[in-house]
Amino acid sequence: MNALPARFLLVVVGLAAALAPLWALESFHLFQLTLAVIMSLAVLGLNIVTGYNGQISLGHGAFFAIGAYVTSILMAQADWSFYATLPFAAAICGMVGYAVGLPALRLGGLYLALVTFSLAVAVPQLLKHKALEAWTGGVQGLFLMKPDPPRWLTSVLPLNADQYMYLNVLIVSGICFLLAWNLIRGRIGRALMATRDHPTAAEAMGMDIAALKTGAFAVSAMITGVAGALSAVAVEFVAPDSFTFLLSITFFVGMVVGGVASILGSIFGGLFVLFVPNIAESISRAAPGVIYGMILIVFLFVLPEGFAGLVRRLLAKLSSPENPKPQ
Amino acid sequence: MTISRRLLLAGSAGALAAPNIAAAQEAPGVTATEIHIGSTNALSGPVSSYSVISRCLEAMFKRLNDEGGVGGRRVKFTVYDDAYQPPRTLEQTRRLVERDRVAFLFNQLGTPTNSAVHRYVNQRSVPHLFLATGADKWANPREFPWTMGWQPSYRVEAQIYTKYVLEQRPNAKIALLYQNDDFGRDYLHGVQDVLGDRFRTMVVTATNEATDPTIDSQIVQLQAAGADVLICGVVPRFAAQAIRRVHDIGWRPMMFMTNVSVSVGVVMQPAGVEKGVGLITSDYRKDQSDPAWAQDAGMNEWRDFMRRYVPDGDLGDNNYTYGYGAGTTMIQVLRQCGNDFSRENVMNQARNIKPMEVATLLPGIKVQTQPDNYNVIRQMQLQRWNGQSWERFGNVIEGAG
Amino acid sequence: MEAFLLQLAAGIATGGIYASVALAIVMIYQATHHVNFAQGEMATLSTFIALTMIQAGLPYWVAFAGTLVVSFVMGALVERLIMRPVQHAPILTHVGVYIGMLLIIGNMTGWVFGYTIQMFPSPFEGGKPMLGGLFSAHQLGSVAVTLAVLILVYLFFTKTSLGLAMRAAAYNPRSARLVGIRVDVMLALGWGLAAAIGSVAGMMVAPIVFLDPNMMLGILLYAFAGALLGGIDNPPGAVMGGFLVGVLENLAGAYVVGTDLKLTVALVIIIGVLVLKPSGLFGRVVFTRV
Repeated sequence: MNALPARFLLVVVGLAAALAPLWALESFHLFQLTLAVIMSLAVLGLNIVTGYNGQISLGHGAFFAIGAYVTSILMAQADWSFYATLPFAAAICGMVGYAVGLPALRLGGLYLALVTFSLAVAVPQLLKHKALEAWTGGVQGLFLMKPDPPRWLTSVLPLNADQYMYLNVLIVSGICFLLAWNLIRGRIGRALMATRDHPTAAEAMGMDIAALKTGAFAVSAMITGVAGALSAVAVEFVAPDSFTFLLSITFFVGMVVGGVASILGSIFGGLFVLFVPNIAESISRAAPGVIYGMILIVFLFVLPEGFAGLVRRLLAKLSSPENPKPQ
Repeated sequence: MTISRRLLLAGSAGALAAPNIAAAQEAPGVTATEIHIGSTNALSGPVSSYSVISRCLEAMFKRLNDEGGVGGRRVKFTVYDDAYQPPRTLEQTRRLVERDRVAFLFNQLGTPTNSAVHRYVNQRSVPHLFLATGADKWANPREFPWTMGWQPSYRVEAQIYTKYVLEQRPNAKIALLYQNDDFGRDYLHGVQDVLGDRFRTMVVTATNEATDPTIDSQIVQLQAAGADVLICGVVPRFAAQAIRRVHDIGWRPMMFMTNVSVSVGVVMQPAGVEKGVGLITSDYRKDQSDPAWAQDAGMNEWRDFMRRYVPDGDLGDNNYTYGYGAGTTMIQVLRQCGNDFSRENVMNQARNIKPMEVATLLPGIKVQTQPDNYNVIRQMQLQRWNGQSWERFGNVIEGAG
Repeated sequence: MEAFLLQLAAGIATGGIYASVALAIVMIYQATHHVNFAQGEMATLSTFIALTMIQAGLPYWVAFAGTLVVSFVMGALVERLIMRPVQHAPILTHVGVYIGMLLIIGNMTGWVFGYTIQMFPSPFEGGKPMLGGLFSAHQLGSVAVTLAVLILVYLFFTKTSLGLAMRAAAYNPRSARLVGIRVDVMLALGWGLAAAIGSVAGMMVAPIVFLDPNMMLGILLYAFAGALLGGIDNPPGAVMGGFLVGVLENLAGAYVVGTDLKLTVALVIIIGVLVLKPSGLFGRVVFTRV
């Protein structure tokens, strides 16, 4: 039994699972799932630079915010269509990510975490600044409208705005996930991980560490920025208060719990950070934050490789006793 | 139109004559025994000091239920946490409306948070009542007929202060310290509204962030600009610091403080009661520590309520007098509904509240609405701190409306 | 000129706050080579415990000492129960644990003690302003306390064998074990001491900014900036750094960029230091051997 049909089956199942909610879920849960997919995308971005490349970023909320605002400003002030804004948001976030990656070259570990944390704390204040107010709407924020499904689609498949948004988010995220997966699987992915695990050796072997690291930041920022752009339209509103440092912490938690350096883990992570706060709230109305923190720590103790690690181990157990690995 | 639709429904229900239909929803969130009301608040995160408002409201509905409910029904009040993050407010509000199917929304906290759901609730025709924010954009019956604030707007408050300054010191140099968010910005706009072109020459401003440890630097800066009037739109922590600091550096401006931050227990005592002498505010509520209300019937009613239903609540925290006022207004609307708690009727009653006194509001200040005027409380009274309590002076002032 | 002096004084006063928290951060770093993001929340919790003791009738200095002991125990317990199991985990897990603690302790403090601001008494008279109205008695007193703690810490780490052992355990656990140092005990002690110092910072800061669960949120960022500026492995440097950040932030906010960019000033300081002189103004440069 060779691997190809199994992998094909997996893809088909995955697609079905992704599309099923369009019919299986009603508006509110579909909206939540849309947000969860967006979170997964943001966590994927974080994973690229922190999980695969070892540069700890606690400030990815900043890139999320930039992506969201670029899209919002273009849509609200310049009347662009939602699709046109996406590559623009990605490009600008990529450039900012590169700019952040440059000083990050000189920092490691905790210091980088501190710097990015400070960035996350400073971002809302920057967004509110008078100089930018004319574009960003200042503290009042900007309002957007979700795109309506086009006629040619609704004539074939009746979709409401929520369902159409979910479809859009799914497609855009799917493309990003595919690109990321391709990147990680290849030479660059291995180089990223080599830089993470044995930096001095990698450098001694002639890898251009600087280019890799800044590139990782740029790509990571682009992906999280696109997630931000999607979220702005899904929520139809952006305001500086939507992007506090808690957001950066949320992404980090999602990455750790889902599984560091794992594409699948990013998906788990996104689902976790969206749905678990609600679970925490139902457990303890008075202190949902405490429950959330406790769940996080329990995961770190019991499942340090996150959900994805658990899945990996389960799959390994399933495949090893009966079927020996194919040569 | 609503009445004939209900007759049609009643008629068809009668025709079917199935007893179990009585238990079904008559309107979203309403059954024969229960009305489900939804809300969101910052139960966690940096601004969670306002979460006591929700606790107060929960207690009020519990008291209402203990006394037999309203229209023969009990009230179920559900509050979800949004941690003051607009996307989460939208998520929780959609949960309340689409999954929990509440009858309507009541006293949701915050300006950016409510902004995120403003369009949504009006598109869906869900009453969005008595929001816990003084931003002045909620009183807009033409464009957003389903949304209504409650407290007097911060902008109107700032206008009142500025007008008073112009009366007393026409050539004043005004310093404005405001929090760099929607709350503080409303004060800026209020002052701008009154001064117009004179703003640039008469006013110096400084802002602070909610995360700043102290505002000493801003106070020094404003004094150095030669101001003789100081207007503050800041939250309690910074209000206490400001009062203390202004006194300690020997500055004696005519000083105004937002009524959000004038609680005796939470602001004046920490600042030092003798340091705030002369401070002016404009409030619509009675303050617990004011000896004038020690035997007051309304405040006794509130104190009795706190004792029985919120025994561990801090009486000195005027979020509780605030909550009591909002809750009383809501219950009045429910009573006015009679037996019809459909969304249309709830909204209809909410926009037709005859001027009503509330236990925790200052005498002369009434709660009222009309279909073309959604400013629920539009009066305030200037008060001056005398070292022991707030002394009201002047008349009850009506805001811009 | 007077306004400038007042701004300078305000900067030094705020700097005093940052310096005391920076000291706690550096303390943890010296003892464990970790930077604990939850330091601020732990300090706030300790301060609330102190307030509870004072409200129960205990005299100030008794409550102060009691809080030191309780905080020490809390810190050591955190090390034993939470940090120990993930000792050998990658740094990412550690950061995750700090964040988890930040969430738990921060929210728990709010849940138990409520979110309304409270007065916290000062042991220094705190009535009349001193030094020509520039500083209050409490501000001078708390700076004195910070300096006293600093001196004690410095003496402890450099002159006592226990302090030396602690630094060795953090710097090179393997070699330390080889010479017979009980590394695990050192780590627990280090966390306990850091928590105790944090509680001192909290008790000094609270009378100025007023006590509530979110008291430390804003301070932490500036304290980090101060600790980095002065050198994260250098207690006196960190204290200097804290004062410098306070002054820089206030002067920049008043004269250069305006008050609505003060957080950005802190950010710029942090980035600037780490890019230009990562070991801080007073720290030592460390080289990694391949």
